[in-house]
Amino acid sequence: MMLLRGIISAIVLILIWQVIVMVFNLPEYILPSPILVLKSLQQYAGLIFQQSIPTVIEALLGFVLSLLFGVFWALMLVYFRPIRLWFLPALLISQALPTFAIAPLFVIWFGYGIASKIATTCLMLFFPITSSFYDGLRQTPKCYLDLAQTMNATKWQILYRIRIPAALPALGNGLRVAATFAPIGAVIGEWVGASHGLGFLILNANSRMQIDLMFAALLVLIILTLAFYFLIDLLMKRMVFWNYE
Amino acid sequence: MIVRMNHNQAPSITVSNLNIRYHELQLFNQFDFYLPANKWTCLLGPSGVGKTSILRFIASLKYNGDTECSGDIATSDSQPLHGRLTCMTQQDSLLPWLDILDNILLGFYLRSEKITELLKQRVIALLEKVGLVGISRKKPSQLSYGMRQRVVLVRSLIEDRQVILMDEPFSSLDIITRFKLQNLAAELLVNRTVLLVTHDPLEALRLGDYIYILTGSPAKISNLIKPCGTIPRDSTDINLLKEQARLLKMLADDCVW
Repeated sequence: MMLLRGIISAIVLILIWQVIVMVFNLPEYILPSPILVLKSLQQYAGLIFQQSIPTVIEALLGFVLSLLFGVFWALMLVYFRPIRLWFLPALLISQALPTFAIAPLFVIWFGYGIASKIATTCLMLFFPITSSFYDGLRQTPKCYLDLAQTMNATKWQILYRIRIPAALPALGNGLRVAATFAPIGAVIGEWVGASHGLGFLILNANSRMQIDLMFAALLVLIILTLAFYFLIDLLMKRMVFWNYE
Repeated sequence: MIVRMNHNQAPSITVSNLNIRYHELQLFNQFDFYLPANKWTCLLGPSGVGKTSILRFIASLKYNGDTECSGDIATSDSQPLHGRLTCMTQQDSLLPWLDILDNILLGFYLRSEKITELLKQRVIALLEKVGLVGISRKKPSQLSYGMRQRVVLVRSLIEDRQVILMDEPFSSLDIITRFKLQNLAAELLVNRTVLLVTHDPLEALRLGDYIYILTGSPAKISNLIKPCGTIPRDSTDINLLKEQARLLKMLADDCVW
């Protein structure tokens, strides 16, 4: 149903777009019509596909790395008070820094290659993943902890058998948000310095006034982001099945 | 009996000098309380009087941050209670991500103990005894509330603890299921020291070897009743019903609002 509604609203938007272009008689270097965008998508299919691969890799690696970091730091935050006192403000500050402003620095620090793009992605994804998992770990239902205590549970078993599973629904919410950010993070990384990727392609097309190509690349970026979101959503519904019953 | 592995005698428990204070509210002041060994003791009283607080104190469970609490617990065999008691609560405490078998064996997992085939077979046998067949691989959400409470009962039995603390475990059940579960619990939890917290006089009269009535603030035991006969008592017995009426009136008279 959600898919159907999504398709319908996409079609309506495209129709409005087409009507605007026709009514105002806009030149194609200002706003290309949807038909023109589809044509250039077909024309440049090979190029766009080729340029999507690095972006997808950067987004995926950034996502996985952020997940590992986020889970690790959330556990540290819950279990070690000094880390909670000192790292939590640092985490907030990292989020207050605008990614756009930091991204050029990452190119200087991590080079022109894939590493700086993964770094910008991580900067964007680390916070939602860490904070959602941390929140989930803190809010273990009290009755589960009481139960574990009367059963003489060990600390590690409580963590592994009760607190982590109980925090998975919250982590899942963070991962959904992160999934929509991941390709954007990679594209921002590519904007400030890259020789390939969808972000690089969009920037290049823009400077050459190939607005139709730019729109085509943008369309692919949207589709990639949506696909990634729904993949994570599906995985979460499988893993955290008890939250959807 | 197949359900009883541990042949150590269940202890009696004495709580003395219990003080519990929550902000300005003094729930207990110099309160003393005795749980006889191998008997069902019911703690009957209106909501908010502090029944659950006593239970949490005996189980050494944490209170909310602002609660001040002090007191002594002694057992007849001078052994600590830790590791010898289990709780049954109103909200069922089955973990939704584990299936029924793993939920029942949760204590063994949490203590990193070995799960043997024999143990699993004992669980299946106990499940059959409480009328649950073929559900060991189902998830808790696939079971009705009454079924889940029976699973909790089986979990308490497999843990084989000498002291069972119950906090209104039957109160959310429909009346027929409640009666059946009360009978089942009384039948299965013999030779254990049981504390049942309830606000239902009929439940107390059916299951209590001793019934303490808790009223006031700070709470005091205003009455001790020792109904005759063995539990579970017949709920259609006329004397029991008369007694229920008397208790209901007494609780209602004590009720402040």
